[in-house]
Amino acid sequence: MDNKENIEKVYRLALANFVKERANGELGHRDIREMLMGNGISIKEMVAWHKGYLTDEYPDMDRGLLNSLDFLMEMLKGFEVDYFETQMLRQWYAELQAEIEIAASVQNVLLDMKVPTISGFEIGAISIPAHHVNGDYYHFYKEKDGYFRVMIADVIGKGIPAALCMTLIKYGVENIEEHYVSPHIVMERLNDFIEKHVDCSMFISMLYGSYNPKTHMFSFVSAGHEPGLFYSHQQGCFSEMYAKGLLLGVDQNTVYKEYTKRVEVGDWIVLLSDGVTECKTENGFVERDYVVNLIQSNLHLHPQQMVEEVYRHLEELQHFHLHDDFTLIALKRVK
Amino acid sequence: MIVEMDVQNDNQKVVVMIRGEIDIYTAPKLKETLFQIVENGAEEIIVNLSDVTYLDSAGLGVFVGTYKMICSRKGKFELVGLSKRMQRLFDITGLADIIQITSDLKGEV
Repeated sequence: MDNKENIEKVYRLALANFVKERANGELGHRDIREMLMGNGISIKEMVAWHKGYLTDEYPDMDRGLLNSLDFLMEMLKGFEVDYFETQMLRQWYAELQAEIEIAASVQNVLLDMKVPTISGFEIGAISIPAHHVNGDYYHFYKEKDGYFRVMIADVIGKGIPAALCMTLIKYGVENIEEHYVSPHIVMERLNDFIEKHVDCSMFISMLYGSYNPKTHMFSFVSAGHEPGLFYSHQQGCFSEMYAKGLLLGVDQNTVYKEYTKRVEVGDWIVLLSDGVTECKTENGFVERDYVVNLIQSNLHLHPQQMVEEVYRHLEELQHFHLHDDFTLIALKRVK
Repeated sequence: MIVEMDVQNDNQKVVVMIRGEIDIYTAPKLKETLFQIVENGAEEIIVNLSDVTYLDSAGLGVFVGTYKMICSRKGKFELVGLSKRMQRLFDITGLADIIQITSDLKGEV
């Protein structure tokens, strides 16, 4: 007796029990359904078994009643297709989720975003992806004698393609930046690299800066990135770190202008991605001024605590569902 | 997450009126439409965004891609009807310096 014959036997026994006693016997309805579907039994086969049972048990049954089951079978065929398609979709989705989680793990290892210890500064950073993989990236390059560089970048787009692109950017920057190479040169070389090697539908915004501990000047360039914020301890307020420049990957010949800011003791530099200023709530967008005020109200905290508190507040505003990747970096000169 | 597009042709000038939200979910449909218009030989494309309620980086990427594509064929690309928020996005990214953007409602065929 092959497997289908066994299954038919179980089906007919369950049907007989149900008809006679309205009892399920050893197997419940759900178990029988799962057995039928798990073994790929078609509706046509099931109806044929059902008709066979009725013919055997009720030989005097009206033929019209048996024929009506054929009609029912035709109606149910559409549902059968939908069910198998749903099963295939479920399986595909589960495989996709598994791949995404692997990609996220690999990305965490490759990007390895860390906050260094830099003499004279307290630093905080947070980067949270809206989905499993992150399209934002930040990077510190600690040079000798107190020099350092910082970069924040955002791939235009979301999901795995953006995240993979960002991984490429990381290695591009690390191979280009060197001590004494001006930020605008780094940006122009990176733009050239991206224009040549990155998918033409991908564009990157970036802010890249370099700190000179002898002059206390922070030199920075922007490639279409959300402007940073500068807090003057003396004046007690924030100002925008205005810097104009085209997104990376649009025009190979772009020239980037360098800007500078003198950093005194007690001053803060805050760099952010547009996931911070584009918070979407049920009442509309959170305005940039709101974010600035929120940051300013937390300047009594260590930079790491400040960025975490700002994130916690804005995440709650969005009902714990980020609309875009969220990256916030804060540097405070302490001596 | 809904976007609608009306496309009006006048010789080689095409006006595209967009309504709704342009985000990661609707951007592919917008990209397909605009790229097809370029492929069909349009010499000038005007995109009207006055009825667009939301535009994020995904939409930006579509416009940049369209701009590069039509420029490579010596065509023109213009965006009209931008809200203040959208204008800021184009200013920050530097795209306002390379893509023609006008705030006047324009583009009647």
